[in-house]
Amino acid sequence: MTIIEARGLTKTYKSKSGPVHALAGLDLTVPRGTVKALLGPNGAGKTTVVKMLTTLIRPDSGTALVDGIDVVANPKGVRRIIGVSGQYAAVDENLTGFENLEMVGRLYHLGGRAARKRAHELIDLFELTAAGNRPVKGFSGGMRRRIDLAGALVINPKVLFLDEPTTGLDPRSRLALWDVIKRLVADGTTVLLTTQYLEEADQLSDDIMVIDGGKAIAEGTSDELKAQIGGHRLVIALVNAADSAPARQIMARYGSGEPTVTTDGRGVEVAVTDGPAGLQHVLAELGAAGIDLHDAGMRRPTLDDVFLKLTGHKADLSVTDDDETDAAKPAKGRRARTDNPSDASSDTPPRELVK
Amino acid sequence: MTAIASTLPDWNPLSLWYSDGWTVTKRNLIKIKRSPDMLVFAVIQPIMFVVLFSQVYAGAIQVQGTDYVQFLMAGIFAQTVVFGATFSGAAMAQDLKEGIIDRFRSLPMSASAVLIGRTNSDLVLNTISMVIMMATGLAVGWRVNSTVPEFLAGVGLLLLFGYAFSWVMALLGMSVKSPEVINNASFLILFPLTFISNAFVPSETLPTPLRIFAEFNPVSSLVQAARQLFGNEGSAPVPDIWTMQNPILTVLIGVAVMLIVFVPLCIRKFASISSR
Repeated sequence: MTIIEARGLTKTYKSKSGPVHALAGLDLTVPRGTVKALLGPNGAGKTTVVKMLTTLIRPDSGTALVDGIDVVANPKGVRRIIGVSGQYAAVDENLTGFENLEMVGRLYHLGGRAARKRAHELIDLFELTAAGNRPVKGFSGGMRRRIDLAGALVINPKVLFLDEPTTGLDPRSRLALWDVIKRLVADGTTVLLTTQYLEEADQLSDDIMVIDGGKAIAEGTSDELKAQIGGHRLVIALVNAADSAPARQIMARYGSGEPTVTTDGRGVEVAVTDGPAGLQHVLAELGAAGIDLHDAGMRRPTLDDVFLKLTGHKADLSVTDDDETDAAKPAKGRRARTDNPSDASSDTPPRELVK
Repeated sequence: MTAIASTLPDWNPLSLWYSDGWTVTKRNLIKIKRSPDMLVFAVIQPIMFVVLFSQVYAGAIQVQGTDYVQFLMAGIFAQTVVFGATFSGAAMAQDLKEGIIDRFRSLPMSASAVLIGRTNSDLVLNTISMVIMMATGLAVGWRVNSTVPEFLAGVGLLLLFGYAFSWVMALLGMSVKSPEVINNASFLILFPLTFISNAFVPSETLPTPLRIFAEFNPVSSLVQAARQLFGNEGSAPVPDIWTMQNPILTVLIGVAVMLIVFVPLCIRKFASISSR
């Protein structure tokens, strides 16, 4: 059964360089009890979708129903059944973790006693007991996110919206937050998640929609998408650039697509479907051919790979100033996002070298 | 996870409005308590103004029929409540910047609760400032020469004006979206509004264009009303225009107009703002 049903959502922002189509007719369907990830680079329109479905902004055209309630006609009805946690932790710095959660509970109209009780439960659940009675000001980024996420769970929401829940977090906090989200998902909560990281979508969701330029460009399970882009990537670094042609030929035999060679001729990469076995074969043949290697390994596909495959261009992970919602003002404030391409690539999991 | 009833108590809109407004007010008051810079500003600035003006200008400025300290205090009260409204603007802009407004807007709370909480807590802050200023005033020789009801009416009128004006500043804060801009912008508005008035000097001493501005300035009416209600008028002639001859009524009309115009504008604006 469908719980989120959106048809033809559009939103256009005015900017100095002309109108920006944040959403250009997006359809979205999320079955009850599933996790859907919206995957895309900055400015793709992910945040705009979430803001529309959570009643923060109105679509220029199109309709959206959350649990059968129209987000434009009855925003309050929608707000009663959803929980929202965004990429900027929307918590009050001067309030303690507990006070933040109690306030949210009161504003969901649970009443004072139930709001306090629920705040205590969430503080325990999110292992924030030590920090619950200190102002959020002194919390780490990961702890702020956890308080923010707890705020989205004060009621058991019918739909939980997570807008880039781990953007800007260090890898350890990211893993911890994934863990929390996975537990929620196991309880059957419907989640709509946005992310820039393929791995995050892979880890957390049942179904992925890839969006770019305000439109869906692919949709399917993580396996289906990976089959399209060829699963893992096999990467080698040559000692001599002259070996790139024979190396390419060897890799072409085991890859699921055409191998690519870097401009300096030393790096060769190909998508593989049979995992480490492909690497073993390639290494054996390269050794037999007497080709020396600096490095060889596997890496999981990234958003860039998905984009390269689906659109023929790389995902633009740099910030565009045009988009008011997704990419706006990253450098401002203490909780500035880290948005540059080098940072995005540092989030790529390390190559798993064969032992 | 513990199950939480998703069927929420069926509260009537009025009690929801009241309870949501109070929840946000409480949040703002905790903020004031925890960020001493704001409280220090609200406490120290009025003391400084009372002491500076009364000690620096008292010898130089002659006011007909009364001494300068008596004349000055209503002016400083009015200036403080008007400046105090800036908090509403700056705090709305700050909330927007921090993203907490998005949290509020995604909750099923009453649409005006955040604004009501904002203006309420600024009323509390203004009241604290007022008490401190009055104590300081009494220490430097200010005296109230009226009845208790008149005195209370005077205090009420000042706070009411400040309250209504914070709705104006709240709209400004939501429009500019930056606490720094709102601080700079409000000083550009507030300094002329409070200084080109009868707050610190009798308006008849001003050059003609400024005198005309001062006589029609709503702050002048507020100051004049407070002087009347505290019995600090002296015998200087009151400008022969309706707003200065009927200052209390003028202030009440001004307050009503500000609330009627800016409360709906603020609520409408709030329904469409989003942090980022």
